[in-house]
Amino acid sequence: MKNNLYNPFSLFGKSILITGASSGIGKAIALECSKMGASVIILGRDKKRLLETFSQLIPNINNKYFLVDISCEDQINSLIDKIESIDGMVNAAGILIRGPFKFIKEVDLDETINVNFKAPTLFVKKLISKNKIKNGSSIVFISSISGSYCSFIGNSVYSASKGALNAMAKSMAIELSNKKIRVNTIHPGMVSTNMHLEKSFDQEDLIKDLDNYPLKRYGEPVDVAYGTIFLLSNASSWITGSSLLIDGGYTLK
Amino acid sequence: MNINKFIEKIAEQFEETDSSEIGPDTKFRELDEWSSMLALIVIAMADEEFDKELTGSEIRNSETFQDLFNVLNEK
Repeated sequence: MKNNLYNPFSLFGKSILITGASSGIGKAIALECSKMGASVIILGRDKKRLLETFSQLIPNINNKYFLVDISCEDQINSLIDKIESIDGMVNAAGILIRGPFKFIKEVDLDETINVNFKAPTLFVKKLISKNKIKNGSSIVFISSISGSYCSFIGNSVYSASKGALNAMAKSMAIELSNKKIRVNTIHPGMVSTNMHLEKSFDQEDLIKDLDNYPLKRYGEPVDVAYGTIFLLSNASSWITGSSLLIDGGYTLK
Repeated sequence: MNINKFIEKIAEQFEETDSSEIGPDTKFRELDEWSSMLALIVIAMADEEFDKELTGSEIRNSETFQDLFNVLNEK
């Protein structure tokens, strides 16, 4: 399996943990990390889809999957005892509840903040406390352009959760630098995933919206995965606290 | 659920359209004020006022407010 070609982006020999790996961006990241030589630990809530991701990985004796809801403290506690220390992690689990600001419901606000912000924050905190993240590792949070560079109609709650996550990532980056652990965020524009397509109510609007993307297409999950691989690899070892924009040029306009 | 209450609640969501222009037979896409924002508002209003979930595809497949009412009424 050893790759003798020069490749500073290789993840060969690294163990990478990925949340939200049962679908969309998280799934693509798991598969691409696997192709880049990493062993991957994938987490997700949907057993059927998580197993589907697992079956598509490049076989590696250290690949593992865990059916877990990372917003559930008990499940996280028992998971942490089961995993060996890792060289990188990607927080891709997230939800989108759309609704106009004037109809915001507290229950939706709580759920979104819990899943998109509190859960990944507390999960990383526990992994750090239990020394499960090796010195020199890389932590990547999948954020969004929404809440960082712009927002969208109906996205107030989602944007707020991502804004909180961005701020937390910067703070983690500075505090974990003593362990040479790097923390960065990725900010995708509209990526063709079920999360986004199911929430769109008008096909015509979607087609019109494409005009807002100078590169004239929505992102694919692998577009985000490639950026993630860079941030997980040794090629980015002097990069921490940064925000990588992957949006087809959307925010240029 | 009755259609009059539904139309009244729909009309309340429009800021610039006179309520006299909004009735069961109104083709909502033909209203100047109709937008993706209003579609989201109608979905949220159906949830808050009538406790019923209206989906994007149901809006997509409807033409008039009566069509939307019929979809919700069957839930």
